[in-house]
Amino acid sequence: MITLNVNGKKRTVDADPGTPLLWVLRDNLGFTSVKYTCGISECGMCTVLIDGDAQRSCIVYLDEVLESEITTIEGLPEDHPVKVAWIEKQVPQCGYCQPGIMLQAADFLSREPNPTDVQIDEAMDNVICRCGSHPRIKKAIHLAARLAVKQGG
Amino acid sequence: METIMTRRSFLKKSSLVLAMGAFSGSLKLVNVSSVQATANPSFKPHAFLEIAADNTITVWVGQTNLGQGTHTGIPMVIADELDAAWETVQIKQAPAADPFKDPVWHMQLTGGSTSIRHRWDLLRTVGAAARQMLMEAAAQQWKIPAQKCTTKDGRIIHPEGKSLSYGQLTLAAGKLAVPEKPPLKAPGDYHIIGTPRQRLDIQDKAMGKTVFGMDFTVPGMCTAVVARPPRYGASPESYDDQAAMAVKGVLKVVPFENRIAVCAETAYAAMTGRDALKIKWSKGSMPGLNDAFIDTVFQDHLEKKGAAAKSTGDVKAAFADASQTLEQQYKLHYISHAQVEPINCTAHVEKDRCRIWAPTQGATLAQMTASRITGLPPDKVRVEILPAGGGFGLRGEPDPVTDAILLSKGLDRPVKVINTREDDFSNDYFRPANQSCITAGLDREGRITAWSHKVASQSIMMRLMPQNVQNGIDPDAVSGTVDMPYEIPSHHVTYAMVDLPIQVGWWRSVGYSINAFIVESFMDELAHAAGKDPLQFRLDHMEKGSRAYNILSMAADKGGWDSPVPEGRARGIAVTACFESFAAHMAEVSVDKNGRIKVHRMACAIDCGTAVFPDAIRAQAEAGVVMGLSVAFHEKVSFADGGVKTSNYSDYRVLTMSEVPEIAVHIAHNNLKAGGIGEPVFPSVAPAVANAVFRATGVRLRELPFQTGLLAKG
Repeated sequence: MITLNVNGKKRTVDADPGTPLLWVLRDNLGFTSVKYTCGISECGMCTVLIDGDAQRSCIVYLDEVLESEITTIEGLPEDHPVKVAWIEKQVPQCGYCQPGIMLQAADFLSREPNPTDVQIDEAMDNVICRCGSHPRIKKAIHLAARLAVKQGG
Repeated sequence: METIMTRRSFLKKSSLVLAMGAFSGSLKLVNVSSVQATANPSFKPHAFLEIAADNTITVWVGQTNLGQGTHTGIPMVIADELDAAWETVQIKQAPAADPFKDPVWHMQLTGGSTSIRHRWDLLRTVGAAARQMLMEAAAQQWKIPAQKCTTKDGRIIHPEGKSLSYGQLTLAAGKLAVPEKPPLKAPGDYHIIGTPRQRLDIQDKAMGKTVFGMDFTVPGMCTAVVARPPRYGASPESYDDQAAMAVKGVLKVVPFENRIAVCAETAYAAMTGRDALKIKWSKGSMPGLNDAFIDTVFQDHLEKKGAAAKSTGDVKAAFADASQTLEQQYKLHYISHAQVEPINCTAHVEKDRCRIWAPTQGATLAQMTASRITGLPPDKVRVEILPAGGGFGLRGEPDPVTDAILLSKGLDRPVKVINTREDDFSNDYFRPANQSCITAGLDREGRITAWSHKVASQSIMMRLMPQNVQNGIDPDAVSGTVDMPYEIPSHHVTYAMVDLPIQVGWWRSVGYSINAFIVESFMDELAHAAGKDPLQFRLDHMEKGSRAYNILSMAADKGGWDSPVPEGRARGIAVTACFESFAAHMAEVSVDKNGRIKVHRMACAIDCGTAVFPDAIRAQAEAGVVMGLSVAFHEKVSFADGGVKTSNYSDYRVLTMSEVPEIAVHIAHNNLKAGGIGEPVFPSVAPAVANAVFRATGVRLRELPFQTGLLAKG
C-alpha cells in the first residue's frame, strides 16, 4: 500500500510504484476529472498540480510524488477565479479538456497574475482543445486575473 | 407535418417509453384517473416534458451532449412556448426511445446539425400544447373561458389578476386531452428564444463533475482494450497471451473475429496487457497502401469518365463560346476526427436484457446493433447516452458497441471497452480524401457560362446507406458541388467513386466541408481571371436578395471588406449554403518571407433562421473558425504499409492557442425556421484564408492542408 496526498487528504492505493499518476488517480482513486487522451504528454488533458506546478500526470510516476501535494480540479475551491471565470465566459463546449486546461491556467496565473494576450498564447499553446474554445479560454484567463485581484484585495 | 403529435401517436409513444422503464410518471397525463394519483402528481404531456407540483420543469433531451448547446437550446424552445420561468427549467438526458427519434430521419441521431432544425415544429408544439392544457385546467377551476386567461413565468393569470402556478395545476391538466394543433407564438412574443442564457451543462463541466463515457463505471465491470488490425484486412497470426496474463490485474485474453481483447481490472492493466501480447499480424488486403499509392489512385480516377451527378445546360457548347476557360485541380487529404475523448462503450448483456452506456451520437443504431447481436428485441436494450468528449460524426459509428456487447456476452459481466489514442487514429473513419478538377468558361463580360466539375473520392454512403447511392452517385460526396449558391447556365458534375480499404465516415459538415474549399477557391480564381473583385464577382452570380447573397454581403460589411487594408495584409472571402443555413467568412492575413501565414482576424456571418440560443451559435461559430484553420494549416492522416501511419497528436497537429485569430461572429436575425449551426459555420473558413493568401502573395493554395512551402521566397 502506498500513501498519496490528493486535494489535502491522504489516500492509500494498491498500485505498482511505476504506474503513471494519471492511472492511479483514475483507476485506483476515482478522480475521473483527470482525463486520459494521448498518454504521451502532448495534449494537457491529464494535467494536475503537483506542489502547485501544472504537470502532465501521464508521464509522472507514482513513486515520484509520494511526498507531494497533488491537486485535481476538485481541489480548487468553487469560487476559485478560474472556475468562476470559466463559467462566466461560458468556456467549455464538450468540456473534456477543460479540467486540465483550467489547472494549467491556475498555475500560469499564480506566476503571471496580469498576463498579456501574447503571454497567454505562449503559456497555453501546448494544450489541445478540439472543440475550439480557445477564444473563450483567453477571455476567461483575463477575467480570472481580474477576479484574483479583487479576491486578494 | 408529421411533427405535430396526435393524441393517439402520443399514447403509443408513451407506452413504449413506459415499457422501457424510462419514465415512471408518463401515464399520469393521458388518463390520470386510471392511475393511482399520488400526493404530488407531475404533469407529463409528452416524453420531452414534465412539470412537477413544486413547479420544477424537466425537459428530457434525447440528443447527445457534445457541448454544442443543444441541451440548453431544446429546453429554451419548449420553455418559451410554455411561458415557463427559465429558472425553473432543468434538463435530463433521455435514453434511446421512440419519442426522441428525429421526426425527419426516424432515428435518434445527433448529427447533421439536426437537433433543433428537425424538431423546430415539434419542440414548439410540445411547449404550446402543455401551456394550453394548463390554461384550460385553470379556467375550469375558475369557471371562466380559457381564452380569458394569460400566462407568464410559469403562472396562469386570471383576468382579475389572481394566478395559479403550473405546479398547482399538474393534476387537473393531466386529465385533459393533448391538443393536436395548439396555436404557436408569434416570434415577437418570444421571451427565451433569442435571449442570452447560460448553458445548463457548463457548471458541472467547469467543476470537473461531468461523467463522460471514459469515466463511467458500473459495479462488477472490467475494462477491455482491443487489439485491432494495424493494416486493413489483416488478422492476428500469433500472440503471447501468457505474457499478457502475467500483467497484474489482467483477467482474460479474448480473441474474437479479427481482433484480440485484453480484459482487466483497470484500464492501465488492460493497456499494459495488450502491449505484452506482441501480436504478429498478417499483411492485410492491400500491403502496398501508402500516401504515394493513394495519390496515384486518385489521379487515375480523375481520368475516368465518372457518373453524372448534375447536368444542366450545354457545357460543351458553352465552352466553345467562352471568351476564356480556366481549369484547375484541387487536393484534400484524409483527416481524422481527433475528438479528445477516446472512443468507448460500456455494455452489460444479461439473459433477458442488455444495457449500454455510451457517448454515442447514434443511439438508435447502438440499440439496433445490440439487438442484432444479442437476439433481444430493441425494447430490451436500454441505451443510456453519456456526455461525449467531442464527436464530429465519428461517434455515430457502432463499432465500440459491437465490441462491448460481444465481450460482455462472452465474459458474462459488464465490460467497458476503451480505445487508446493510437487506437482512435488507427481505426478512425476519416473524412474522405478528395481530388477534383474543374473547368469553367467565362464570357466577355466576365460571367461564368459553364462549369464542369469532376469529383474523385471514396463513398461514405456505400458503407452506411448503400440504398442512397444511385447511378453511382454518393450524394454526400458531391454535396456543395451540385447545389452551389451560384447561378450558372451550364453546370456539369461527375463523380468517380474511389475504391480503397481506408475507412471513411461522416466528419463535420460532411461533403460541404470538402467541396466548399474547392468551389470557393475556384470561384476566387475565376474572379481574378475575370478581373473582378472576388466579393462582387460572387454576388454577380447569385440571386439578388437571396439568403446566400445577404449573408455574404453581411460578412463583407461587418468584416470591413471595403475598408483600408493594413500594410502587409490581404483579405479573402467565401460563402456556403448548407444544413438549411447560410454562412460566410472573411479572413485577413499576412504572409512572411518564409511562407508563414498569420491569420489576424476572421469575421463570420451566419444566417441560421431563428437564432434560438445566440451564445451557443457564437460558440459554435468560433469553434468552426478554429477547426477550419486547423484543417487548413495542419491536418493530414498518413498511410504506410497497408494501414494508418498517423498514431497520436505528436504526428497529427491540431491548431493551438497562438494560431487562433481574433474572431468576430455576426448573426443575421430573422424569424425563419431554425437551421443548422455546428456544420454550416465550418466549410467557408479554409477557402476564405486561401483566397486571402492569394491576394497577399499571388500564389494559389489548391491543397489541404496548405502547402505553405509554395509561399516561401528564395
